[in-house]
Order: sequence, then structure tokens, then C-alpha cells
Amino acid sequence: MRRLLQRLKNHSRPAYFSLWFLLVFYFVSFFADILAPYHFDQQFRNKPYHPPTKIHFFDSGGNFHIRPFVYNTVIDDPVFKTYKQDYSKIYPLKFFVSGKERRIFFFFKTKRYLFGVDQPAGIFLFGTDNYGRDIFSRLLYGGRISLSISLIGVFISFSLGMITGGIAGYFGGIIDQILMRLVEILMVFPSFYLMLSLRAMFPLNLSSIQVYLLIVMILSLIGWAGLARIIRGMVLSIKEEDYVLAARSLGLPHWKILLFHIFPNTFSYSITAITISVPGYIIGEAALSLLGLGIQEPYPSWGNILSSTIGNLRVLGDAPWLLLAGIFIFVVLINFNLLGDALRNVLDPKNW
Amino acid sequence: MKKLVLKRLLQLIPMLIGMSFVSFIIIQSSPGDYFAQMKMNPEISPETIESMKVNFGLDRPILVQYLLWLKNMCKLDFGVSFAYHIPVRTLIKFRLKNTICLAIFSLVISWVIALPLAVFAGYREGTFIDKIFSMLAYLSISLPSFFVALLFVYFISKTNLLPLGGTRSIFEVDASSFALFKDYMEHLLVPGLVLCLVNVGGLFRLMKNNFIETFNTPYVLAAWARGVPRNSVIFKHALRNALNPMFTILGMEIGGILNGAALTEIICGWPGMGSLILEAVLSHDLYLVMGSLVISGFLLIVGNLIGDILIAFFDPRIRIS
Repeated sequence: MRRLLQRLKNHSRPAYFSLWFLLVFYFVSFFADILAPYHFDQQFRNKPYHPPTKIHFFDSGGNFHIRPFVYNTVIDDPVFKTYKQDYSKIYPLKFFVSGKERRIFFFFKTKRYLFGVDQPAGIFLFGTDNYGRDIFSRLLYGGRISLSISLIGVFISFSLGMITGGIAGYFGGIIDQILMRLVEILMVFPSFYLMLSLRAMFPLNLSSIQVYLLIVMILSLIGWAGLARIIRGMVLSIKEEDYVLAARSLGLPHWKILLFHIFPNTFSYSITAITISVPGYIIGEAALSLLGLGIQEPYPSWGNILSSTIGNLRVLGDAPWLLLAGIFIFVVLINFNLLGDALRNVLDPKNW
Repeated sequence: MKKLVLKRLLQLIPMLIGMSFVSFIIIQSSPGDYFAQMKMNPEISPETIESMKVNFGLDRPILVQYLLWLKNMCKLDFGVSFAYHIPVRTLIKFRLKNTICLAIFSLVISWVIALPLAVFAGYREGTFIDKIFSMLAYLSISLPSFFVALLFVYFISKTNLLPLGGTRSIFEVDASSFALFKDYMEHLLVPGLVLCLVNVGGLFRLMKNNFIETFNTPYVLAAWARGVPRNSVIFKHALRNALNPMFTILGMEIGGILNGAALTEIICGWPGMGSLILEAVLSHDLYLVMGSLVISGFLLIVGNLIGDILIAFFDPRIRIS
């Protein structure tokens, strides 16, 4: 593992950087409870579509403050959602403020968040949505859902692909024929259409945990077919190797040969393939949530933060900061692509 | 050549049957008895229900239903949409035309942009210009289509440069066909450009890798050594061979573009297959979902077939073997 990291670093600095960037991103969304200034469904009813809060160092009198501060804002025009700042009082930015208790993944409780300002002022780094909820906090919490769905989805479809591909390639014959025909039929459908049709199999209004599991299921059902085909091809060539024949002549059971002699040799491909396929899952989740078929309000995901902008030019014009969710997706995708490309080169035996 | 095409066509048959069976199973397993639902729905006339009952055997065993549905499908009868109260075929025909126009438009534009740039960058591999193009290609690959579409919609809503949504804004009866065409193209431009922007990066990278690979082969080196002029080496020796794998890509792209197109259509308000299936899923319009799914799978199969035939046509190695 350490050697792999070193090689990655030597091969491509940007990709090494991407790896760390992604780790930080996952870390941040994992600890969203501490890092987000507000809870994802905390509403400021008097501040809908609030633009990103301006953070000041100089007050209206021109005096410098070492601690950055914000002004409270009041709505100026309720129709066009313009706000003006109230210069009478400054609200300094505070770190490790205490507030309502939140639970980190049901286990730990926290009362302190990284930063915040006193009420009634608010610190909305990326503005607010139609209910006056802080977009920055929702993006952090949403990252938790979007990123975890993609990881679990990749894991499941990988296991499925490994098992079916391995069995098809190893045993061959009629099993191979049946499994591969199945894979081919699944691959005939454009994934978006298949995704929507599978979604149509279930009622539209499900509880949030059901929707979460459903999305994971749909995405991994779509994703496994391509992997199974490639793994099968690799197993076909590996099973002719001498060490597999040796293991077989020693009388090892089939599952042991597959698990300990064949699968480890597909790992270098698998690591690359996992990295490259994660973006597809992130996009899939975002697409479903974007269309209102995925994660439902009040829970945030990167897709459903964007969803209020669809087909509604007014919202898009009033609150372009909602598009930041798209930038989050884009940034994560580009890092995954960079990392995947570098991994492919590093792990390719031709380049050793 | 004829034999190869014939063989590929024959291979299509089990594929189509399998595909239609999977679509049928997916829709059948959706919750609720939709036949009962139809009867309850006052908007659907008893005659429609009666004719569908006869045509699709809705009260008979599943397997019979599937065979009947398959038979009807061969006659291009996909049943009646519950939400629109018109045959699914009519709906799909109208939407399919738009989606294919969109796909062809964006395919043509992205190929016209990507191929020359790829040859240009491939010839100057490792230079500053090559690196710039590669970086741009990276950005294009990582951009989700819905995000680009939203950005375009935002931009256009601010500037009003182009019309948004629908396929036409001229509704005069006596409008000339040129004006209608121009109007259609203007509406096509936004979703078309979005798709093109998302696709062009991947194409560029594939083509560049192909070009570099052929550019380093012995026969290109031999051509250099014989003193063949530079343009001739690039365009006759390297480019023509580098293009061959691209025909397979062209076939696969048709499927890929359907995926990207669906979200783009929905966001840009282009009435195509993508927005059709979304509406169908949201209103639980099962025959419409089934029809769209089958047609989308059919398009993908046809795309792959076109790719295979093209590559056999252009690459003698495959044609002969």
C-alpha cells in the first residue's frame, strides 16, 4: 500500500493531490455535524433565497476588527428577495460555538460546532434556499448521502460483478453462456432509461431510508454487468496459469482457488475500475434526486439541492448559488477521474 | 461483407427477445394491479379498456400476456398511454424524432471539433498546446451533463440569446419551411451544445490515443524514411488507420448519448425520449414506460450494429476474417 502511494506520487503529483483532496472531502462530509454551522433542516423563514453572507473586517466607521464579523440582514424587497444590511450592530464570527445537540452517526453527541454567529444574524457562506436553509450546511450533509451512496453502490456491484464474472469465467460452459447472456441483456439498455424504469417498479412516496436503499440497489444493479464481463475475461486467462493448475491438482476446492488464487490477480484492475466507476454512481444518485425520484426533502443530497432550479428560471435567476451543488459534484468527479487515470498507469504491469 | 451483416442481424433476434422480456418483467413487477386501476380511472373509456383487454390479454396468464405484447410490438402497437389517452406509438414517434435529431446534431458537432483537435494535439504530443487541450478534455469528461445544462439555462435566461424549451416558437400557419427549420435549429442549439460539450472531451482523448498509437507504428516510420511528405504521412498513413477503432466508438456513442441526452432534454425542456420516460414514470404510465424502455434499448442495439457494419466496411482485416 505504501509502495503504491509512493509510486502514485512519483507518477503524477496532481493525482496524488487528488487522493488527499478526496480523503479530506470524505472526512468533511463525515463530520458534517461538527463542521456545518446549521443543521440541514434548520430554517430561517424570514431569509429565503438569502445571497451568500458578506464577511467583513472593517465596520461602517472604517475601524478594523481582527475577528471577522457579519451584519444582520433584513429583507428589502419581499418579491425580488433583496436584502439590505443592518449596520447598527456587528455580529462577530465565533469558533466552537455551542448550540442544539446533534448526533454524529447516532453514536456521539456534540453540542459544539466549528463556527457560527449569534442570532438573529446568520452566516450563510453559500446563501440559502427557498425555506431559508443554509446551503453550505446542506452541501456538507448532502455530501454524506451522495458520497456514501456511491461507495456502497460500488461495493455491492463490485461484489456482484466479481462473483458472477468469476463463476462464469472459471466454470465456463453452460453457466458461462447463461450468465453472459444475462449481462448482455442488461447492457442493452441505456442506463438512464433502465434506472428510471427500475424506479417505476416502486411507489413514488417511500420513507427516506427506503429511498436510500432503493437508490443503492438500482445503481448497483445497473453497474455490475459491465464489471462482470471484464472480470470474466480476466479469469478466463488467469485460470490457464500454472499456479491455478497446480492448486487444482492439489485438490483445492473451487471456491478456494477462485478466492485465493484467481481473485487476488484481478485486484490491480479492480482498484482502477472502482476509482473510475465511482463518478457514475455519484451522477446516478444526483440524477435521480434531481428529478425528484431520489432522496426526498428535508434530507439534502447534491442532486436534490439542484432540483428546485429545474424548469424554474425564476429560482435559477434569484438564487444562482444553488448551482454550487453542481460544482461540488464536478470537483469530486474531476478528482476521481484524475486519480483513476493515474492509478491505471501505475498499476499497469506494462509500465513497471 | 453481406454474410457478416446477415450474421449480425441474426444475432439481434435473441437480443431483442431477451430485452423485451426483461422490460416486460420489470414493468409487470411494479406494484398494484394496473388493469384494475385502469377500470377505476374515469378518464379512460370502457372501449379503450375493452380493446386493450383483447389485444394484450390483460386477464390471462403472464406468459400469454408477454407473447401477445410481443406480437403487438412487432406491429408497432405499444398500447395506449394512460395519461395522454393516445396510442403510445404516436407519442414515441414524435419524441423519438426530436431525440434522434438532438443526438445526430451533437454527434456531428462533437466529432467535427474533436477529431481535428485530436490529430493536431497527437502530432504535437507533450507540447504546451497538447497539455492545454488534454486539460480541457479532462474538464469536459468530468462535467455532469445536468450541471452544464443548468449553467446554459441560467446563462440564456440572463441574456435571452436563444429560445428555451419546446421545439418551435413560430406558430403561424403560413410560415415558410425555411423559417420553421431555422426555428427548430435554434431550439436545438442549447441542448445540442450542452451534449457536445460533455462528449467532446472523451472523444478527443480516444482519438488522440489512437492517433499516437498508429503514429508510432513501423509503417509510419517507414513512410517517414521513404521521404513521404508530412501531410501525406499524417493524413494518409496515420489518420486513416487511427480512424478505424473510432467506428466502434461511434456505435457505442449512440447509446451513451441517449443517457446524456435524457437529462439534458429534461433540463432544457426539449421534448424527447428522456423527458417522455420521466413523465411516464412520474405518472405511473406503465405502457409508456415499457414502450420507451424497449425503444431506447432498440436504439442502442441499432447503434452498435451500425458501428460494427461501419468498421467491417472500412477495415478489411475484419471484413475478411
